[in-house]
Amino acid sequence: MADSGLHDIPSVYEPSLFGTYSKKIGMWLFLLSDSLTFGALLYAYSYGRISTPDWPTPFHSESIINATIMTAFLLTSSLTMVLAVRASVNGDSKAQRLWLLATMLCGTGFIILHGREWSKLIAEGLTLPMFPTVPGQEANSEFVNVSKNVPQFAATFFGLTGMHMLHVTLGVIYLGVVALRRKFIPILLVCWLVAWLGTPSYSPFHYGAHVLLIAAIVCTIILWLKPKVYDSSDVEVAGLYWHFVDLVWMFIFPLVYLMSAKIL
Amino acid sequence: MDTIQQALAERAAEQQRHHGKALFFWVWGALLAMTAIEVYLTYQHMQPKSMLTILMGLSLIKAALIIGYFMHLKYEVSRMKWLTMCSVVACLILMTIFFFPDARRIIDLGVK
Repeated sequence: MADSGLHDIPSVYEPSLFGTYSKKIGMWLFLLSDSLTFGALLYAYSYGRISTPDWPTPFHSESIINATIMTAFLLTSSLTMVLAVRASVNGDSKAQRLWLLATMLCGTGFIILHGREWSKLIAEGLTLPMFPTVPGQEANSEFVNVSKNVPQFAATFFGLTGMHMLHVTLGVIYLGVVALRRKFIPILLVCWLVAWLGTPSYSPFHYGAHVLLIAAIVCTIILWLKPKVYDSSDVEVAGLYWHFVDLVWMFIFPLVYLMSAKIL
Repeated sequence: MDTIQQALAERAAEQQRHHGKALFFWVWGALLAMTAIEVYLTYQHMQPKSMLTILMGLSLIKAALIIGYFMHLKYEVSRMKWLTMCSVVACLILMTIFFFPDARRIIDLGVK
């Protein structure tokens, strides 16, 4: 890839070592550091699994099908994201916005399915000490013993998938800001209210919904301090983040779900 | 954006324009097909070791497709490709060297 031509442009700065613009290099550096965060979590999960002989395999066929649909949502969202980037470099702002919204829709579908899966597992007794007790939960629920005998499973499962879910949520918000800018803030606030008031008080999502409120405040400050029209480079950088979230799931899905399947 | 940044962004956009939509649909199809294979294998009751080897192999191929085509790294300059990938792989290899022998040692010691 020739850099000639770019070096002739007069500027006070040195030409880019990596042959691309600094926003993109910045995002790559962030993603490299984030990959080590997820690497550490995946290693912690795998370490626990290897060193614990009676590691549970709690995922029935229903959970595997649910996780497969979630994977399909994420893969499709990556395709729509690529199409959004393509539309943005072609200057087609309407198509760009539509593809970004399609990506957000797939991401939201993933979060809802994942939330449903978490709620089901928690109702069946797979829980963390920090989660409130589910009222009416029977002492002989399927996973009560798992949480007591192999606490590493619940800790690493919720830690890893929760971190990923947080990344997907922030990714949807990031894309919402790029696609809709200030118009996205009221939508985000409505989503926060729906998630907060629509979930029972014993659900971890009841207080987890406040991530949306914090994000709305941060986005408002950013958009107020630096209002701008996002160009194709911003869409491409947002796309890098989104594809990374998809990439991480390609390891979580087989390691956590498929390797712990209980298919009868 | 200063002039150089603008020029670099323009060049990146120019590179993106050269890829046909069909390529992305092929990559997406391949990713979905590999996911279907993974799920199919889950229902075949394979030995965990062979299952893990195949699943991780497929995951690495899927990761390479996402990084190369969707994240566009295949079309970046060599310096960018090598520095980013080598640094991550080196860190993950270090984690593997330190963590996994220790996890095996715990089983060998019979700690329950």
